[in-house]
Amino acid sequence: MNDARRRELEAVAREVRRHAIRMAGGGGCFLGASLSCTDLVVYLYRHFLRVDPRRLDDPDRDYLLLSKGHDVPALYGTLAELDFISRERLANHLSPADHLYWHPNRAVPGVEFHSGSLGHLLSVGMGIAYDVRLRGGRNRVVVLLGDGELDEGSIWEGLLVARALGLSNLTLLVDRNGFQANVRTEQLVPLEPLPDKFAAFGCAVRTVDGHDFGALEDAFAALPFAASGPSVIVARTVRGAGLPSIEARADRWFCRLAPAEVTALLQELDGTAVAELESEPLMVR
Amino acid sequence: MTDTYERVLLDAALRDPRVLVLTAENRAAIRGLPDRLGPRFLDTGITEQTMIGMAAGLALRGRIPVVHALATFLTMRAFEFIRTDVGIPGLPVKLVGAVPGVLSEANGPTHQALEDVALMRGIPSMRVFCPADLADLLAGLPAVLADPAPWYVRYCDRAPVAEHQPFHVGRAEVFRAGARDDVALLVAGALFTEAWQAADRLRADGHTVRLINLRTLEPADAGAILDAARRSALVVTIEDHFARGGLRSVVVETLFAAGVLAPLLSISCGERWFTPALLPDVLADAGFTADAIAARVRAALTHRIPVPAYA
Repeated sequence: MNDARRRELEAVAREVRRHAIRMAGGGGCFLGASLSCTDLVVYLYRHFLRVDPRRLDDPDRDYLLLSKGHDVPALYGTLAELDFISRERLANHLSPADHLYWHPNRAVPGVEFHSGSLGHLLSVGMGIAYDVRLRGGRNRVVVLLGDGELDEGSIWEGLLVARALGLSNLTLLVDRNGFQANVRTEQLVPLEPLPDKFAAFGCAVRTVDGHDFGALEDAFAALPFAASGPSVIVARTVRGAGLPSIEARADRWFCRLAPAEVTALLQELDGTAVAELESEPLMVR
Repeated sequence: MTDTYERVLLDAALRDPRVLVLTAENRAAIRGLPDRLGPRFLDTGITEQTMIGMAAGLALRGRIPVVHALATFLTMRAFEFIRTDVGIPGLPVKLVGAVPGVLSEANGPTHQALEDVALMRGIPSMRVFCPADLADLLAGLPAVLADPAPWYVRYCDRAPVAEHQPFHVGRAEVFRAGARDDVALLVAGALFTEAWQAADRLRADGHTVRLINLRTLEPADAGAILDAARRSALVVTIEDHFARGGLRSVVVETLFAAGVLAPLLSISCGERWFTPALLPDVLADAGFTADAIAARVRAALTHRIPVPAYA
């Protein structure tokens, strides 16, 4: 990846993170989970997915399905930066007059399907991928999964079927930030060796640094990894990435920030200050 | 009658390329479809959740998926997928629950779908069709496929005992309604056969009997239910379903909402799973034979001991 493209992606990602931090004010949002996948979502929309905000019903478009759901501020911010929705609309976060709440609603332009209940959108994505194949289409379907979400049996059930159907137009992108809701995955239900598990289910797997745009580009450019079934990209990420004061903290999954904390975290994002958070860590699940 | 369920599905799929048939390896009633439909027949294996999720994805792409699987596992194993991925967006997925109720015969309680109607009608966008027999099922299928809503069809392949009327969503089929009747038998599903025969026995006693095949429980024909209650001395609901959440609940809710009070006798599985056996023995054990139904109705009419209207 050339430097200009990398800088451009970093600039978009920074703006998306600013949006997510603002959404953590007021009623709050799942900030930690959103920041771990921000670079993934920005990369996908800016450089991989063939989806035009002016033609959202194009049957030939690529699909991103946000299966973990609670990371939707990363998607809202990306959709705003890329003109799917207006930036002003983000101020409606949690307003009953709009559809921008803690999980995605497909009434928001660019959101393909609602989610929030974990372990659902792999199979929904499989249905889309199967139809694309029936029609001889070239659309690519990417399902973004949380790593904690991999506890759900429906993921592994779906992988058995995806391999049986040979859905090579389907890619699972795992936001491997190392956390369940409130506990590290390896402390609760260990997932490692995760790539081996996917491989055993017939997937072709690559592991990348989920905050390295160049590595993401290399991985996505190589899709599909195999013609026999789905591809899996395990993206190693950091919960809260970009904000050292909340990075990799189990208690900063959901954040409800005071106005001064929003300001401080925006400065921390720019590297001009370190925020001291006093808002109570919330355990929402 | 020479038509079959499989034939009607095949014709629908051949006529309309949007129609796909999915199953979780429950092929008994659709065994000829794989060869005829090719990739538009999709067997996902014993994976009800994945099957429903895929049906939702297919519907998002403009397809009309017909999902045929055993009623218990379809409605219960995959319930949250149905509610979340089909019900919330109201996608046109057509769920067909095979061997529901007494039709599971000797399989035992794991296979007895006796709460499937309650579960499916608990989903706001879901419509529910409980055919009386194979002819009724085939009469209703085209309308179910043409309707844009998600549907649950309680599969029934029993041989018909009656000539059915044309099918309309939300309209009951009423047989022999009088200006005043001694009793109205309201039935949804496979016990229509026994209800029909019980009506004949009661008429032989000299009673006037109206028989109502509700057909769809969501939406239910409120007019037919209220008319039955107003013009009959006794309302009887007959269903192979637990007492909660099925036909009896629909009738009680309808009467109460309209402020109509009527003596009501509920014949159902009550609160127990039935004894596993072949169908004639199941019907006998559960009190669902025509003779048993007629006897309970006679007792209610003679002794005036029907349960209170809203019990």
